[in-house]
This record gives sequence, structure tokens and C-alpha cells, in this order.
Amino acid sequence: MTPFSFNRATDRDQALTLATRGARFLGGGTNLVDLMRETVERPAALADVTGLSREISETPDGGLMIGAAVTNSALAAHAAVRTRYPVLSRAILAGASAQIRNMATVGGNLLQRTRCTHFYDVEGSRCNKRQPGQGCDARGGFNRIHAILGASDACVATHPSDMCVALAALDALVHLASASGTRTLSLTELHRLPGDQPQIDTVLEPGELITAVELPASALAAHSTYRKVRDRASYAFSLISVAAAIEVEDGRIEDVRLALGGVAHKPWRATRAEESLRGQPASLDTFRAAAEAELAAAVPLSENGFKIELAKRTITAVLAELAGVDA
Amino acid sequence: MKAVEDAKQAVQGAASAVMAKAVQMAPDSWMPGGKPDPLIRAQHGHVGRPISRVDGPVKVQGAAPYAAEFPLDGMLYAALVFSTIAKGKITALDTDAAEAATGVKLVMTYRNAPRMKPMPLFMTSEKACGGNDLPVMQDAQVYWNGEPVALVLADTQEQADHAASLIHVAFEEEHAITALAEAKAKGVEPGQFMGQPLKFENGAAEQALADAAHKVDQRYTTPRHSHNAIELHAVAVAWEGDRLRVHDATQMVAHSAWSLGHVFGIAEDQVHVTSPFVGGGFGGKGLWQHQVLAAAAAKLAGRPVRLMLSREGVYRIVGGRTITEQRVALGADAEGRFDALIHTGTTAMSHHNVLPEPFILPARSAYATKTMKLDVEVAYLDMVANTFMRAPGEAVGTFALESAIDELAHDMGVDPIELRLRNEPDKDPTTGAPFSSREVEKAFRDGAERFGWANRQAPGTRREGEWLIGTGVATATYPYYRMPGGAARITLTPNGAAIDIAAHDMGMGTATAQTQVAADRLGLDMAQVTFNYGDSTLPGVVMAGGSQQTAAIGASVMAAHRALVTELLKLAGNDSPLAGLDADEVVGVNGGLAKIDDASAHESYASILARAQRNELVVEAEPPSPLETTHWSMHSHGAMFCEVRVNAVTGELRVSRFLGSFDCGRILNPKTAASQFRGGIIMGLGLALMEETQYDERSGRIMNPSLAEYHVPVHMDVPEIEVMWTDIPDPHAPMGARGVGEIGITGVAAAVANAVFNATGKRVRDLPITLDKLL
Repeated sequence: MTPFSFNRATDRDQALTLATRGARFLGGGTNLVDLMRETVERPAALADVTGLSREISETPDGGLMIGAAVTNSALAAHAAVRTRYPVLSRAILAGASAQIRNMATVGGNLLQRTRCTHFYDVEGSRCNKRQPGQGCDARGGFNRIHAILGASDACVATHPSDMCVALAALDALVHLASASGTRTLSLTELHRLPGDQPQIDTVLEPGELITAVELPASALAAHSTYRKVRDRASYAFSLISVAAAIEVEDGRIEDVRLALGGVAHKPWRATRAEESLRGQPASLDTFRAAAEAELAAAVPLSENGFKIELAKRTITAVLAELAGVDA
Repeated sequence: MKAVEDAKQAVQGAASAVMAKAVQMAPDSWMPGGKPDPLIRAQHGHVGRPISRVDGPVKVQGAAPYAAEFPLDGMLYAALVFSTIAKGKITALDTDAAEAATGVKLVMTYRNAPRMKPMPLFMTSEKACGGNDLPVMQDAQVYWNGEPVALVLADTQEQADHAASLIHVAFEEEHAITALAEAKAKGVEPGQFMGQPLKFENGAAEQALADAAHKVDQRYTTPRHSHNAIELHAVAVAWEGDRLRVHDATQMVAHSAWSLGHVFGIAEDQVHVTSPFVGGGFGGKGLWQHQVLAAAAAKLAGRPVRLMLSREGVYRIVGGRTITEQRVALGADAEGRFDALIHTGTTAMSHHNVLPEPFILPARSAYATKTMKLDVEVAYLDMVANTFMRAPGEAVGTFALESAIDELAHDMGVDPIELRLRNEPDKDPTTGAPFSSREVEKAFRDGAERFGWANRQAPGTRREGEWLIGTGVATATYPYYRMPGGAARITLTPNGAAIDIAAHDMGMGTATAQTQVAADRLGLDMAQVTFNYGDSTLPGVVMAGGSQQTAAIGASVMAAHRALVTELLKLAGNDSPLAGLDADEVVGVNGGLAKIDDASAHESYASILARAQRNELVVEAEPPSPLETTHWSMHSHGAMFCEVRVNAVTGELRVSRFLGSFDCGRILNPKTAASQFRGGIIMGLGLALMEETQYDERSGRIMNPSLAEYHVPVHMDVPEIEVMWTDIPDPHAPMGARGVGEIGITGVAAAVANAVFNATGKRVRDLPITLDKLL
């Protein structure tokens, strides 16, 4: 680990000031500190922002505003989240371990970096995300957990978060602040596909701080779930995960939200599948066709071809379960 | 060098084959164990009771010092830099920034390291225990990807770690063989293990296979595994003049002292290695380069040094289990009796170690067959020296053999337990030696009843919702070993006794079980017995490996005890109630000696010592050579039963029940033994379901050197595990006990794979059984 200075921000302005002097924001440290230990990240200064908002509050329009420093554990356990947005609670509990969730923050979870082992191997592997232009050893190397959608020649990494997959399905908003003011993004706009700049994970400007995540009111969300498929029963990143909410009336799909994890450089909102589902009869055939539509553009790597069929099956099973259709 | 070693091994092998025949022909009474250990008859002592660990309190208080926890005066902390190429030369070493960094006291590379001999390679002489025999930071040559190329000493660990990250090393790569296909194409060599070729032929097995009424002929593969003991490999060393003090985490203190002496050109008694507590060994806690480098750096810096490998460091420099490609072919007659058993294949090895994964070992003694062909071939890779890892050979060999038997049983429509029992041998199938004790049928029958094996259904017919359910069974097997070199000292005082032996407790309960045994042998309470171990200055050269420590310590203490009793009877003299009795006629009881069949003829140790005006009596003795392992065929066995659930949608595999029914002779302590069995089974579940070292065949680099990416079972992967045992003493083993340390991992992967077949109708022959193989 490279030596660094450490400051604890007591309010937003102080945090932003520290950032303008080059400090990186530190949440629970469950990812950034690991990356610093591996020297993937070498920040000269850290600004601890866990003392900023830890509030979860109701919004005027019936949604929830979640402070960026709320821990993953607190969010998953929150009664309103459990009842009105069960997909989010389940997604969080499907990730990491209880100890890590107790430390990890909402803002930090959004900014997790990929778990590609070649990205982590500073001395021994080439990685365009770590060192632009160096090349990618994952493409012909270990890529079991890597992308099947939206990858580029430069990078095939996936975003590792479970929580973000649920947020993508829930149309969550991300509130940002910087020295030049505040702005709000859709969660699905926050992360970017790798293209030829895989070193850039999100659209955040330097020094921009995530202050809160907002969940809009949603009748649909109360009937939602998350399913994660991975290589052991717990404590593993997803091969495929599915966040979904569906509303069926008289056997027809009135509305649906669907997002996938473990498939791309960002939490993947399955808009193609959603389009093909709306207004259709709630049946296994419809669900499978929607999954096929979403995965039509999937490109397998040397080790992860199975994820295409796995994603289709998991999507179909999750929608069938939510819609009460027998598999 | 290699040719000479091979020739030496061949000569030793031939000589030992002749010896073996002679030992087999000799009368039982000449053999160690020819007369059963008197302790086998004792049924009311401490042996056999579920006694809690004697070191439990100190461990739960955090007061048990492990190797990294000895704060030596003026100690410096070490960090390593590893090579990033598999073969080539260091062309530049930029250490300036590291040397200038805060707290740094020394940067050691090949340019300034003291001159040292390579480690003496394990098993090449009595006390040699090096994991490889390569030069240790002596020149610019690089031999594997991950080899240490620089070491930093600093005032704190953090300073050392940071400085290590500032060192830049440039390499000139040479062509390395890191892909198995290329290694095989360059030619394979016959495998040798402990001086014997891993080859056996009896009859024309291929012809018998071709002619057989029923047959299977399949290929099975197993990946690399890395050691992941929870305690990281660590050492704290200090030079006191020309004497080297080593606080190590090791399974072999005496071997290490001798081997380190060899490396530094000093006598073994100038090296003092202790290892009072070890957080798991499993075959991986031997002598690797980190102990040598720590001692070299301490010498160069003139200060004590602590070197604890990072988890990555363990993957980079400590070997693990190597890859295997196995063929098992079985030919059977109409009743299922084997006409042919063929188990052959290839394993990968480095050029600088001695262990071709001996996966044919189970097949040597498990089943009767008219013809047999066994063969292990070796392909050489430029990789970290592979090594022993829990049940080397048996763990992966049983996967192939026991899967194939399940395949044959299914093809024939015979219950797989019945098929196995139809092929029970009446003597050892390869050596012809009689079995010392073999209760395979009882282990299967008792286990089947407890597990509910009779409820098994046809493949692919049990389903609950998305989950397909199936059950499977496999044989577990592991040999009884007792290695030469044992010795023990007993110090008897009026109040009790101390046993001294250079043996080990890596958490499995050695000290507890041996205190129970010694208390019974001496007729003392456990509180009166102290068992001292983990110190190279104690008698004996006893490795904690091969599940042989219980026997090795047991035989050593038996020998010392006999010497003690002989001496005590001399001291007791003619005024004792014991007068005129010899060592065979007395036993330890009630704090003294008594005539075997007349408890009234008794005199306490205190009384004997007092009359002889002695405060203590010290004896030391060595046991006879372990000829019993040649005279009899001595093996532990077990029957492994497994129930799995396979998700029909996702292919996810969950083990929902597991039962191990074991025949390991007498169980000395049911509590610690059950933990050994369960721990082995959990490691077996890892082998079956998820463990795999990701070795990049392009670079020879291990790509998942962390417990986040190298998957071992988490709690949710491990179901309730039931264990049971026959508890039938082996009449020819000390205490009637065979080892329990390694058998638990054997047979597990096959039981899981066979259950998966029963659940799904899919046969997975390539470990680990990940969900993509079941989609």
C-alpha cells in the first residue's frame, strides 16, 4: 500500500474541498482499500465521507431518499425497502458477507470496480482498464465472470455489484454534488460501457460526490425479486443475476422491469426484453422470447459461453415465479 | 543430476522389492505389531473418550503463540517481490526507491544474498524436506512465475510491503513450458514415488478388458489446487552467533532443522526449530524458500526477521496439488467380478520436486481383479514445485476409480455397493500380503443403513420444484503408514510423567490424543502427563504427514515405555511386590506398575523412585523399523454417502446430506477424530464442487491467488455431515489405531459426482463440478 493522507469530512462542503485538492472519497473501504493494498489504486489522499448522510427518508412523491453513507446492511434491513422494494433488499443480501455489508456504503457500492483477476494482477497481467493501451489478458485468459453484452475489444470486464442491478430495475436516481453545483442522473446513466476508454467506469466528473440514491415511488416494485446464480452458495460474485418486477392483469403483462447483473461493464437494464414483454400474455413462451431478444446481441468469450443460456433460463424462471406461471 | 537421482531411486527400489518379499515371508511374531499392543485390550481408560483439546483454553484465550507471533528483540519485517515470468533472466533490478523508503533497513536480491546451498529435496535423504532444490536467490535465473526475486526488511510490515511495491525488475524471457499439451508433446516420463515406480502390471489387462462381458473405459480430469491453511506460512528467525533460532509453522521440525543446517553449512544441532502451534498444514507446511530467505536476510541485516507470506505469497511459492488426466477402465464378468482394472494417466510436475501425484495408489489395494495395469506418467512444466496436499494420490485417484465403478454398476444394473463388495479382495491385490484388518463390508452396510441408501431411486426421477435430487456412494481409502525415525523420551517423576517427541499438532489434536494414550499406558491421570512436541531438540524425526503421526508417536512411546518399565523393575528390586516380574508381565495402573492379572501386586512410581533414592527416571528409545506395513496390507477404509440437489434451471449444485462411515481401527478420541473426518469431507466437497487454481497456460502465472477468487466451501455449501466408525482395533497397529487425518477427503468427489448422476443422468468426469457442466 502506498502511503496516503487521510481526512474525515464533517460536511459536504469540506468533502468537496478535499476533493478539489485531489482526495479520493472513501466509503466503507471494502473495495477501495483492497485495491490500494494490491496497488491497483494509489491515491495520495483520502476523504472519508461516511460521516455524511446516513438517512433514509420518504420523498414527497412517495419514494425513498437514501443517503450515500447508509450502509448496505442498514438499507437491506430497512422496513420500507423490504416491503416496497424487496428486490433491493434481496440483491444487497445476495452480495458479500454480513461483515462487509456492515461496512460498505451505498455510494461506495455504486463505485465498485471490476473483479477481473487480470485487473487485480498489477505486476503480472496486461489490463487496459488499469493501464490504458496495455492490452487485455482477460480476453484469452480467465473470463468466466466476464461480459457477454456491451463489451469492447479493449475490455470485457463486468461490474460486480448486486445492489446496482436492483437499482437499475427500479429506475433509481443518483444525486451528485461538486464544487460547481448539483445534478441528478438515472442509475442506468451512471456507469458506462468500456468502449475504447475502459479505464473510466462512470460518467462522474473528477471530484464529484454521490450524495444520495433516490427510489421513485413504484407500485410495481412491491412485487419484485432478485435471483443470483454463482459458483458457490454464498460469497461469490454473480455469473448471472436477474432483478425483476412484473405486474400481470388478466393474464397479460401490464408492466415490467428487468435488469441483469454479471453480464456487462454496467448494471444491464434489459430494455429489449421489457419491450417485448409489455402487453403480451404471461407465459413461459413469452418470457423465453423476451430473454432471447435481450441476449440476441450476446457475444461469448472463451470461458463464459454458458452464461448466455444461463441468463435466458434465469430470466425465464424469475419472470415465471413473479407472474405465478408454472415452470 | 536427474539421471543420477533416477538411477539411485531405481536401485533403492529394487533393493526394497527384495526386502519386501523377505519381510512378507517372515513370521508374524518377528514383526512390530506381531504381538498386539496391550493397550488395545484396555477398555476403561482415557483412550476412546471424547476428551476436549488440552490446548483448547489457551487457544480460545488467544494466548497460543503461532510462528508470526514471537516478538524478537530488534526484529525487522520482511516482504517479498515475485517474478512475473516463468523462465528467463533478471536483466535489471531497480531497488533505489525501495532502499530510500521510510523504515527500510535492507533490500536483498541475488546480488547481495549470502551464498547458500539449495534446499535438500524432500525424501532424497532421511531428514531432507525442501519443497524444491532450486538456488534460492543466488543468481539472475528465474525458474517459475512467482519465484521470489527480492526481499525487503523494514521496521514495520507496512513499510516493507510498500517498499516492495517500489522495486522494479526487468526480465529477459526464455521459452517456458507452461501448457500441458506442449509438455506432453515434449515427452512424458515414468512417475516414481518413494523410490518405487508408479507402475504395476499383472496379466494382460488390455486383452482382458477387450474380452470382458461388461466394461467402462473413461477419462477423468482434475485441476490444480492450492494450499489455503488459515494460518499463513510464517517464520520468525534470529541468528545467535552461528546458531539459528527458528520459530516456524511446520509439519516437520527435525527435518527443517537438518535441512536449514544443510543450506547454511552448519550442523543440525546449530539450528533450533520450534513450532508449538500450527494453523493447519495439510501437506503444505514444509520447508519452502521463505524460511531460507528469512534466515539469509537476518544474517545479512544482523537482526531478527519475521517473514509472513501474504495469501498471494502462499500461492506463488508454496506448491499445491497438481493437475491429473486419468484413464480408468474396468472389465467385469457377468456377475460383476473384475477381469481387468486399468488406471493410468498423466500428471504435471516441475523439474525440481519429487511428487508425481500418485493417483493409482487406491487401485493398488482396493479391489480383487484378475488382471491389473497401473501407470502414472509425468509431463514437466515450468511451474511452482507441486507438493503433498491432503491425501495426495487418493483424493483425486478415488474420484476417477470410484466414478468408473459407479458407471459400471449403472451399466450392469447392479447396486454400486453390491458391485464393490463382490470385488472385495481376500489378500492385497498387488503385494499378496494379508490384510491386517479390513472391515469394508461393515463400513458399507452400517453406513447404508444409517443413510437410508435403500430409498435410492433411478437416475433423474426425484424432483422437488426446480431441484433434482440424487444419492451417490464411493469408497474412501488411505494407507496406514509409519515412517522410520521415531524416538521418544519419558521423564517419570513421583508426581507424573513427561513425554518428549519432535512431533506436531497442527490443530488436529495430537497432543490431546497422545496424552490420553500415555496416561493409559502409564496408569496416570491425564493431568499428570505432559506431552511435549514441536521442537527439533526433542527426540525423533517424526513428520506430521501421511496420516502416520499417531502410529509413529504411538510406536515410539511404546518403545520408551518398555524401556521405562524394564528400568523401573530393576530399580524396584527384590523388596517390591513386583519382584521377579518382567516387562511383559506388568502394566501401568493406579500411578504405578501392577502384575497384569493380579492388581494386588502393585507398587507406585513414587514408591519405586523413593526407594531407589531417585527424583526422576529418564528413558529414551526408538521403535523397531516399520516392517508391519510390508508384512501386512494395512489400510483404512470408508464408505462415503452423499445426497445432492441440482437445480434444473441453473445447474447449481448443492450437497444436502453427507455421511462418512469409516474403518480406521480404534478411534482414540471420538471428538478430535470426528473433526478430522468432517474437515476432510469438507475439503473433499471443495475438491468436488469448486476448488481450482487458475493457472494461466500462457504465462505460467496463478491468477486467483486469494480466498475471494479461489473458492473453498463457505458455510452454506456444507450440509450437516454425519460420521460414524467401526472402532474395530487393528491388531497390528499401535493402540489398534490407523490414522484418520487424510481418509476424510478421499472418495468424496466421486460420491458427489455419482450423486449428481443419480439426480440428473449426467456424468461429470472433469472436476470441479461447476454449474456450467450441468446446464
